Amino acid sequence: MAERIIELRDISKSYGQVYALGGVNLSVDRGEVVGLIGDNGAGKSTLIKILSGVVRPTSGEILVRGKAVTGWSAARSRDAGIETVFQDRALAVQQTIVRNIFMGRELTGFLGWLKVNKEIEEASRLMREIGFTSKVFTPQSIVGQLSGGERQGVAIARAIYKQAELIILDEPTTALSLTETAKVFHFVRQVRASGRSILFIGHNIHHVFDIADRFVVLDRGKVALTADRSEVKSAEDLINFMEDVAHPGGLAGLHDTGDAERAVR
Amino acid sequence: MSKTMEPDLHEPSTAIPRPQKEWKHPSDQWLRGFILDNRASLGTLGVFIVMMAVFMIANPTVFTTWYLYSSVLTTLPVALFVVVPLVFVVTCGEIDLSFPATMGFASWVFALVVQAGYDPFLGIAAALVTGILLGFLVGSLVVYGGLSSLIATLGMNFLLRGLIQIINEGKSMALTNLADSWAYKIFSSQVYGIPVQIFWAIAFVVLSAMLYNRHRFGAQVRVVGDNPDSAQQMGIDVKRVRVKVFVFVGIGAAIAGTFSVMINFTWWPTAGDGYLLPVLASVFVGGTPTWGGIGTVVGGAIGAVTVSFIQTGVVAAGLSGFYVQFFNGLIIILSLLGHKWNQARYR
Repeated sequence: MAERIIELRDISKSYGQVYALGGVNLSVDRGEVVGLIGDNGAGKSTLIKILSGVVRPTSGEILVRGKAVTGWSAARSRDAGIETVFQDRALAVQQTIVRNIFMGRELTGFLGWLKVNKEIEEASRLMREIGFTSKVFTPQSIVGQLSGGERQGVAIARAIYKQAELIILDEPTTALSLTETAKVFHFVRQVRASGRSILFIGHNIHHVFDIADRFVVLDRGKVALTADRSEVKSAEDLINFMEDVAHPGGLAGLHDTGDAERAVR
Repeated sequence: MSKTMEPDLHEPSTAIPRPQKEWKHPSDQWLRGFILDNRASLGTLGVFIVMMAVFMIANPTVFTTWYLYSSVLTTLPVALFVVVPLVFVVTCGEIDLSFPATMGFASWVFALVVQAGYDPFLGIAAALVTGILLGFLVGSLVVYGGLSSLIATLGMNFLLRGLIQIINEGKSMALTNLADSWAYKIFSSQVYGIPVQIFWAIAFVVLSAMLYNRHRFGAQVRVVGDNPDSAQQMGIDVKRVRVKVFVFVGIGAAIAGTFSVMINFTWWPTAGDGYLLPVLASVFVGGTPTWGGIGTVVGGAIGAVTVSFIQTGVVAAGLSGFYVQFFNGLIIILSLLGHKWNQARYR
């Protein structure tokens, strides 16, 4: 059995009276791509924020490589080798690409002085590695001047620096062009080939189906389904399942694919 | 592999060769890059040069005498020691209006130590500790208390000044033994007719500019001011960074207060009071925008030079003192209009 990178046990999160998550179990093993799907309000974002340490769970246990952790925080999550590409990309748009890539992890030498040249060098290497290069920008360009796809590239470059063991991609293909989406998929395959893990959150079930080894369906704060790739024949299977979960008792009239897709979107 | 994927998915990075030569940018040309990177401070410098040219044409004789510059160079350093940390605060998305009281409070501690007969160096150390503690107090109040920095620091300014007034009942302290001390010779004498304070202030500005641009502290201050949520998601202790900038103002205010006492050999309970508005004006005249994330330390310093020359310049140019406020306002508005052209805002 592959090493377990992270495991969430019985995680709950409530905001006042509102339950966002009610007892979620989720684990990611080394080298697997887990696809997390669920309707709006299913609790996907809360789950990601807990994994990345931004939000603390109300109750439950987090295990990193089999060991329970205390004092979970964003810094601790990154130290544990978990990097997150947030849906809003979490970039500081008035800063340079370099400053964004090294945000919270500045390359410093004596007394905290920045190794500016080393940062620029590393940043250009990273950008070239993932294929986000351009004539019009350099590592010292301001992020606010970049297109959506280029910004996503910066966010991904930040995540792969330091060989993270688990990369969380939160709706990485939203608002991207076809070629940019293709680049993201290519990147996911590269990461898996290098033996690292990915948690892929997507709205588009076809995208998730194409890429994941295992699917986790979240519904109203609970895991409704965990299935290996071999157990699911097609994306339509997943869509039908989600529909059943969303509307128990069935919506007989909705079973042509067009409506079904609309229902899960 | 699924057939729903487009064919160019598989090797996009190798399909199109990406030679390194493509990494070109307008800023690769040295001069253009320099101007682009420093346009805010260069703009401020332009305003200053134009203003001085106008003054010189208005009254060439006064503006070629050294005395005028010597007097500005004596008082300007006091302002510089607070303008520079305030650039950090504004970049971080906050404001600090409590620095005049911190100047008064720290210099009061300095005056007490000196008056008690201790070495002025010990007084400076005590003033610095006071500044750090007050900065930490104000910062914690804003950050951990979750208060608006505009209002909370204004309140602290009144509160601390009030304390000084209550305890001293308006009485000043004369520090006559200061003139013979080593501290005075090092920090407040003259070298070839140039007030030595300005060298210390320049060193402070240079160090702070490096701290701003080339140190983890400056990098985190800019990121926190730009997008605090992202900074937090990336593991930066946002609250700690915010408290640190207030502590930095405390340190600057303590130095400024001590220098102002050493110029006059006297501590007044109002020490620092007159600096509130000129210092704030200097920060914004210098090209640091109000919304946070970006700023310029060198620009702020040039802004301070500009603001200190307005008053001297207007009077020396032969206009009555009634014109000073008018010109202050004029320069501030013109600078802001100028910087608006320079600053691209991405949100």
